[in-house]
Amino acid sequence: MKPTASRQESPAPYLWLLAGTLLVCLFLFNILFFIFYRGFPALSFDFLIQYPTEGMTQGGILPAIVGTVLLTLMTAVVALPFGIGCAIYLNEYAQDTWLTRSIRAAIRNLAGVPSIIFGLFGLALFVQGLQFGTSLLSAGLTLGLLSLPYLITTTEEALKTVPNAMREGALALGATQFETIRDIVLPQAIPGIATGTILSLSRAAGETAPILFTGAAFFITDVPRNPKEEFMALPYHLYMLSTQHQSIELVRPFAYGTAAVLITLVFLLNLTAIIIRKRYRTHHQ
Amino acid sequence: MNKTKARVRINKLFRFLFQFSGLLCISILLGIFGMLCYNTIAFFTKISPIDFITATQWAPSSGGDTSTYGLLPLLVSTLLVTSGSMVLAIPLGIGTALFMSEYAGAGMKQWLKPTIEMLAAIPSVVIGFVGITIVSPLISALFGLPNGLNALNGSVLLAIMALPTIITISEDAIHAVPQSLKEASLGLGATYWQTLRGVVLPAAAPGIIAAVMLGMGRAIGETMTVLMATGNTLAFPKGFFDSIRTITATIAIEMGEVPYQTTHYYALFAIAFVLFIITMLVNILAEHIANRIRQFQ
Repeated sequence: MKPTASRQESPAPYLWLLAGTLLVCLFLFNILFFIFYRGFPALSFDFLIQYPTEGMTQGGILPAIVGTVLLTLMTAVVALPFGIGCAIYLNEYAQDTWLTRSIRAAIRNLAGVPSIIFGLFGLALFVQGLQFGTSLLSAGLTLGLLSLPYLITTTEEALKTVPNAMREGALALGATQFETIRDIVLPQAIPGIATGTILSLSRAAGETAPILFTGAAFFITDVPRNPKEEFMALPYHLYMLSTQHQSIELVRPFAYGTAAVLITLVFLLNLTAIIIRKRYRTHHQ
Repeated sequence: MNKTKARVRINKLFRFLFQFSGLLCISILLGIFGMLCYNTIAFFTKISPIDFITATQWAPSSGGDTSTYGLLPLLVSTLLVTSGSMVLAIPLGIGTALFMSEYAGAGMKQWLKPTIEMLAAIPSVVIGFVGITIVSPLISALFGLPNGLNALNGSVLLAIMALPTIITISEDAIHAVPQSLKEASLGLGATYWQTLRGVVLPAAAPGIIAAVMLGMGRAIGETMTVLMATGNTLAFPKGFFDSIRTITATIAIEMGEVPYQTTHYYALFAIAFVLFIITMLVNILAEHIANRIRQFQ
């Protein structure tokens, strides 16, 4: 019996879905191609190592690059101890109590809080409440809080991959629980934790909304020398150049250049994370 | 003996430190909630909540008695641009997830997954910049408008930003549909597409809905893209070709210039509180739906 017409597999759904998928990929390639194609003329070694001059129409973006690097380091200093500590508590100590469940619920909800609200919280608590002013410190603390949920989730995933038998072995040999975590669990989980840390920092490095009112400055004459100073940052610089500058058309090449540097920085961080993850996997197999 | 005592003490100390880190997460969320509540209440002592909800104009002027703080135009702008983005992102996101899970071979998947991850990694300020430099000229040329900085532009950009979330989570949900369900359908003579549409998609529906809601939560709270690409005109939006000003963009624009502890300052916290509640509800609902499938499986 021949199959009826309606039963025959039509290629149309496959082609439609393929087209949709390719369209999504096209978004990415278009964005990347366009930014790098237009940004390429502005990119030079001088662009990376010079201060901006003549109202941003000449020179480079050195202070913005340094600012973003310092800010990301500050974020790491704030987020790492608490993020890893919280993940260790949840995975190694916590039983299924109402307290643990509330901590988990809080983390999930924090992950959904819009970044601009973190900015407001940073403004109210660090800038005004604790009198840190608009500074590297306030912005780093704000981004640190913002990074916590993602960092905790990825660190906990890494801790989960350590087999229980290893913990039990250490405990049976007389190690305290802290010694077990320090000498057995953490060394095993380090590649996973490093991957998660780098990914959450790469997200923080690209954030703009939380630093709008906590410390980013459009122009400063020097890189920040202490945490109480304001700083320039790549994402904020791109925002100002593309929307707030007096002669937007004149600085457009610099905006493309800044966007290209920012994307390169974020992708390099992502690539590092992917390489660590891959090495670790092949190492284990 | 002393050494053992020290070890036990260190063990206790670190247990306390780790637990403290966990409690910190709760206190941050409560702190954000408390900060928003406190300032919103301070706002309502000056402007009545009814005026805040019903006024159709957001017109803060520094100093005078002529200021109006109406939530509606901002809220409608946010909902307009978000719903537009969902119209674009839902079919595209679910379609891509279906393709990745059910059609793409291992080799293709190896390329598609990092591509989606990279799309998710692009900073929002760069997407906003793309809105100004690519999407805006495109919209103004296609529809014959003087400029393309409007709600449609914001919707396109937010759709791009929500896509990775929708694709990744939907793909997990589709992938989790038991093979036996598919085999039963194919065995009964259904074509592969009929099986996907009639069996796999309905079975994965709760996960897909959760994915869409999480993507929507991300779009509602997004600041930089809408701030840069929607024109920020303070008027009641009438359609997708109007320039709009969302809640997030209003906070970003006005918070930098407003004097500390004025009515205007408190007003910005009040709209942030509204935003916080909306995103919180969307996320809780998404989680609730996702939990129900977990029980079902």
